[in-house]
Amino acid sequence: MRNFMQVMVDAVALGSLLALVALAIGLVFGVMRLINFAQGDYITIGAYALVVPTASLTPALFIGALPVPLMVAGVLMVVVLLALATERVAFRPLRNSDPATLLISSFAVSYFLQHLVMLLHTGRPKSVGIGQALTTPIEILGLRVPGIQVVTMAVTAALLIALVLFLKRTPMGIQMRAAAENFQMARLLGVPANRVIAVAFVISGLLGGTVSLLLIVQTGTLDIRMGLMPVIFAFFATVIGGMGSLAGAALGGFLVGVASVLLQSYLPEGLRPFRDAFVFGLVIVILLVRPKGLIVIGAARERV
Amino acid sequence: MLDISELTVRYGKLTALEKTDIRVDEGEAVFVVGPNGAGKSTLLKTVAGLLRPAGGRIAFEGQSIAGGAPERLCRRGLALVPEGRHIFRTLTVEENLLVGMMIRRDRAAVQDDLEQILGLFPILRERFRGVAGNLSGGEQQQLAIARALLQRPRLLMIDEPSLGLAPLVIDQVYASLKELNATGLTLLVVEQSTARVLDLATRVYVLRGGKVVLSDTAEALASGDAMEEAYFGYAGQADA
Repeated sequence: MRNFMQVMVDAVALGSLLALVALAIGLVFGVMRLINFAQGDYITIGAYALVVPTASLTPALFIGALPVPLMVAGVLMVVVLLALATERVAFRPLRNSDPATLLISSFAVSYFLQHLVMLLHTGRPKSVGIGQALTTPIEILGLRVPGIQVVTMAVTAALLIALVLFLKRTPMGIQMRAAAENFQMARLLGVPANRVIAVAFVISGLLGGTVSLLLIVQTGTLDIRMGLMPVIFAFFATVIGGMGSLAGAALGGFLVGVASVLLQSYLPEGLRPFRDAFVFGLVIVILLVRPKGLIVIGAARERV
Repeated sequence: MLDISELTVRYGKLTALEKTDIRVDEGEAVFVVGPNGAGKSTLLKTVAGLLRPAGGRIAFEGQSIAGGAPERLCRRGLALVPEGRHIFRTLTVEENLLVGMMIRRDRAAVQDDLEQILGLFPILRERFRGVAGNLSGGEQQQLAIARALLQRPRLLMIDEPSLGLAPLVIDQVYASLKELNATGLTLLVVEQSTARVLDLATRVYVLRGGKVVLSDTAEALASGDAMEEAYFGYAGQADA
């Protein structure tokens, strides 16, 4: 039982992390029908911003050398600016193109950013020690939980609440929900298209930067593909959650994370290397049963 | 107030509107009727800034607005209630109305307007906190019109207000439009059905195949079959 609880803590922590990535993808998809695979590279670059760009495998700290509040602010700022820059340069000119064009553009941005990092930092994984105090386990109700997992869950909960309040209570949030549902109609009512999209990218940057920090504390490793798996998992999460539904994206993120940890722990030893195949198989099964995802946008029925 | 001249709009190679002239004076209720595919919706979408014209001029209150962005045009006093209403289904009635009010700077007057509009559409007051997707079709149409009115437009454009509504509900919608027009709001309404047009219209244009084939005052049209003939094509191009 204790072992099961321990596994559940792992599962919820990973689920939280994926929920953050899925929310970022879902939010941007909502306002511009763009599935932004470059979200993974935002995460990667946020993490690499912690160290000085060199070929060294144990690089000196850069933003990572700052006191914690400044370090967090620094990483978030780098990722937000990066997200805004990619929106302005790569996505805004294609605003009225079909989703396939936007998707390809996001792949291009993703490869570009990945190779930019490779150019500056080389492609080999590096180790970086930040927030190591957070990796020591703390005892909660007889369970030994790494501090970083507690932080991950707390941060996710806080961000989810903040995001819900933003979307429900602020004029910009309401405009963003309106634009996510029907962009043209929102523009007809005066919702400023450019600003709404820019704000969505700012939020995706904030979420991306947060994930950078949480991941790097957890793994202590910099890798140019570190953002890739979270984004692929999060993409599936948004699909099974129901494209266009933010609640669905968050829920999907949790489910995919939880499923992946449970499979890792309880699959027979010989099958564990194929864990991801099982996770994605599960995604297919969910989509076969509920093709529109778990949460179909409320009342999305035609009324006469 | 609105002066459209020689307006041409194309979707790729397909010409939806060809050298169309339409005029709306202040205080009027101008109707554009025509069969499916005549270019009626294209006309309103182009005026509202959703489509770029291939040629011609659109002047609103003396200034050219052709090709302007919709979010700017609505700040100049143009509002469009598109076909199919396009309310935000996942938002509450209140939030739908809030989105309509956001371009307003006169906070105090907005509250008065809201009260007045909820008086005009009492059902929206009852459903104020409910999700808009749960409204019936007629209620959604009222919400779409109310939302546009909260922008305090000087010209309200409505695309097929009677589409998909029960006859009794159409009566209600037309009654509120009539009331609004009587208070001085200028209307440009597109309808496929000619049934109720003459109850409200001051002037009518008949559009066929992207061209105006008839335009006259409602008074003149009331006493003959000219409108029906033009609509169904018996009158041909000669009346244009």
